[in-house]
Amino acid sequence: MAAKQLTKEKLREIHSLMVEGRILEERLIKMNKAGEGYFWIGGPGEEAFAVPFGMLVHKGQGIQSDFLHLHYRASATVLAMGGNSIDAIRQMRSVSTDPYSGGRNFVNHYAIKRWNIVPVFSCIEPQYLQALGTAHAQREKGCKGITVVTGGDAGTAEGDFASALVWSSRPAGISPMLMIVTNNRFGISTPWDGQHGEKNVADRGKAFGIQTVIANGNDVFEAWDALETAMEYVRKERKPYLLELSVSRLYGHSSASGAPRWNEPDCIELFEEKLIKQKVMTKEECQAVHDKMLTKITEAYKQVQLEPFPDPTSIYDHVWSKEDGNNGRDTFAEQMGVDFTHNPPQAHH
Amino acid sequence: MASIAQAIRMALHYGETHLEVSDIFGEDVGPPLGGAFTVTQGLTKSWNSPLDERGIIGMASGLGLAGKRCVAEIQFCDYIFNTIDLLKLAGNTAWCSNGEFNMPIVVMTPVGSGIHGSVYHSHSFDAWAARIPGWKIVIPSTSLDAYGLMLSAIVDPNPVMYLIPKALMRTKGEELIPGEPASDKELRDLIDAPVDAKARATWKARWPALKEHYVPIGKAKHVRQGNAATVVSYGRTMPIITQIANRLADQGIDYDVFDLRTIYPYDWEALKASIERTGRVLFVNEDTEVANFGEHLMRRTCEELFYSLKVRPRLLAGKQIPGIGISPSLEDVSVPQANHIEKEMLELVHEPA
Ligand SMILES: Cc1ncc(C[n+]2csc(CCOP(=O)(O)OP(=O)(O)O)c2C)c(N)n1
Ligand SMILES: [Mg+2]
Repeated sequence: MAAKQLTKEKLREIHSLMVEGRILEERLIKMNKAGEGYFWIGGPGEEAFAVPFGMLVHKGQGIQSDFLHLHYRASATVLAMGGNSIDAIRQMRSVSTDPYSGGRNFVNHYAIKRWNIVPVFSCIEPQYLQALGTAHAQREKGCKGITVVTGGDAGTAEGDFASALVWSSRPAGISPMLMIVTNNRFGISTPWDGQHGEKNVADRGKAFGIQTVIANGNDVFEAWDALETAMEYVRKERKPYLLELSVSRLYGHSSASGAPRWNEPDCIELFEEKLIKQKVMTKEECQAVHDKMLTKITEAYKQVQLEPFPDPTSIYDHVWSKEDGNNGRDTFAEQMGVDFTHNPPQAHH
Repeated sequence: MASIAQAIRMALHYGETHLEVSDIFGEDVGPPLGGAFTVTQGLTKSWNSPLDERGIIGMASGLGLAGKRCVAEIQFCDYIFNTIDLLKLAGNTAWCSNGEFNMPIVVMTPVGSGIHGSVYHSHSFDAWAARIPGWKIVIPSTSLDAYGLMLSAIVDPNPVMYLIPKALMRTKGEELIPGEPASDKELRDLIDAPVDAKARATWKARWPALKEHYVPIGKAKHVRQGNAATVVSYGRTMPIITQIANRLADQGIDYDVFDLRTIYPYDWEALKASIERTGRVLFVNEDTEVANFGEHLMRRTCEELFYSLKVRPRLLAGKQIPGIGISPSLEDVSVPQANHIEKEMLELVHEPA
C-alpha cells in the first residue's frame, strides 16, 4: 500500500513506534552517562525509515520469511516488528535477562531467531557477506522470503560491500537481497566527502545491473514508499536491489563521542508537522504519546535495575550449539582452570 | 584403496545424498575442474564461487544461519588469512546470541608443505585455527579418517574447520572405506573425472554404494602402543612418524604414537594417560614454532604432568620464518623431515632420566 493510502490508525501507530524508539534511545544514552552501561550506540534519527522497515518485513523463522542482517542502529525496526523496549534496556545494563546476548554484547546488538534477525555484530560490513548466504538459501524454487541487509555509508568502503554487489548479481547466482545503505555522511568523525569520489553509494549498483534508488530517509512517506517498492521488487523478481537512504545521526556516532544532540533534521518533528497539518493528530495528542512512552520506558528501566548480572560461570555456556547439550558449555576449556571469584559490579543508585 | 582426495570426495557425495548437504562451493570447486585437488569432482551440489575468500566464508555463514548444511572450500589455507574476522564471527555466533543461533558449517582447506609450493602454497593453519574459539578443528592423515571425520564434521551443529594435509592428498589408504571397491583402478574409473576436456564435459561419476563411518571429533587415534616414549602429531608428519616408530620397534624401542586428528577439542585424556606412563613426550607439527599449538600441549604437559616427566618435553615444529622457500634445500630445513624427527625420537628415549 502506498504511503498516501496509509490509514490514520496506521500513521498513529508509526508515530507511536517512532517516539518509543526515540525515547528508548534517549534513556539508553542517559544510562550510559550515568555509568549504567559501558557503551552506547544506536539509532536516534533513523526512525522514519526504521519503523516502516520493521512494519513491511514478513517476519518469521526460516527461509520463507525475511532474513534481517542489521546494522547497530536498528532499535526502532525491532520495536516495529514487535520487540520489547525493555530488552534493549537489559542489554544496555548487561544483565542476565538480556535475551539477545546474556550480558555479553553492546546494546542494540540483537539476535532474534523467531524473526530471522541474525546476530548483529560490531564488525563493520561482514553482514553484507553473511546476507549472501541467507539470500542464496532463498533462491530455492517457490521461496517467498527475502534477505535484507543494512549498513552505513562509510562501511561501503570495505571490500565486503563490493563483494555483496558481485555475488548477489552474478549470473550463476542472482539473489533476492535488498541492500540498504543509511547515509548519514559520516563514519564516526570522518566526513563522507573527503573519502568518497563517487557521488552516491547507490551509483555503484548500476555497474552490476542492480536496481538502485536514493530516497529521503527522514521522511516517513518517502521512506515507506521506497522500502515497499524495493521489497516488493526483490520479493517478486528474486533479484538484488540497492536502496540508499539519507538519514540524520541525532546524537552523533556513539557514547565514545559523548552522544551530544546534533543540529540535524529530526524526522519525528518533521512527521508530527505533517500529521498535524493533515489533521491526523493534534499537537496535544502527539505530546500525549511522548508522555506515555516516557512513562513506559521509565518503568521498564526501573524494573531492569532490579535484575541480576550474569553468573560468571556462564562464560563457558553457548560456546557450542545447544544441540551439543549442557547449554553448549565448553567443559573442555573449563578444565584448563578458571577462577570464578570476582568483584561484583557496583550497585547503581 | 582411496587416496585422501578420493576419500573426501566420497564423503561429500555421502553428505549430499544422505546428510542433507545443500551446497559445496568455492573457487573452481564445481565443474569442470572439481577442485584444485580434485576433491569435489562429480558431485551434484558443487558450484564455482567468485574469487573471493571473504565472500566464501560469508556465504557459508549465511547458509548456516538459514539452517542449511554446507561445505565451503578455501583453495589453499594460504588464502584464508583475510577471512579471519569472518571465521571469528562464525565461531562466536552461538556464544554472542546466548545460544539462539548455531553455525553448522564446514570449511575445508589444504594445509602445509610437501609439494614445493613455495611461499603461498605451504602455510599451516593449525595454530591460527586453534586461536578461534567456537570452532572444532580436525585434520586427518589417512583416507579412512578423512572420510569419517568429514561425515562427523557435516553432522556437527558447530562450525568445523577441516584441514587437509596437501602432501598426503594422493596418499593411498591402507583401510577400505565402507562400500569402496578394493581395486584402485575400479575406483578411479568410477569417480575420477577424465582428463580430456571433451570427455569430461559429459562425464558423470558412478558412485559406489558407500556406507556411513563416523570418526568422532575429539578422539585421537592410538597409532601404536609402546612404553618407551610418547609421540604426538597430526597431518603430514604422521605417516613419517609411524614409519620411523615401526622401524625402531624392530630394534626394540616401542613408542606410544598418537595421531591427534582433532586439534580442538583435543583428546587430552589419551595424551595425559600416555605421558604419565612413559614420562617422555615429543610433539611434532609443521606450523611456525612461536605460539605454536604444540607449545600449548607443552604448557599443559608442564603444568599438569610435570612430576610424571622423566626428561624435558620436546617440540619439533616449523622454523620461525616468513615463508617456506621453494628450493628443496630451503624447504627441507624449514619444516620437520624424517631425519629431524628420527633424531628427536631417539634423543627422547636415550636422554638419561
Ligand atoms: C571493521 C571495522 N572497522 C572499524 C570499526 C570501528 N567503527 C565502528 S562504527 C565506524 C563507522 C561506521 O560508519 P558508517 O558505516 O557510516 O555507519 P554509521 O555509524 O555512520 O551508521 C567505525 C570506523 C568497526 N566497528 N569495524
Ligand atoms: Mg555513516
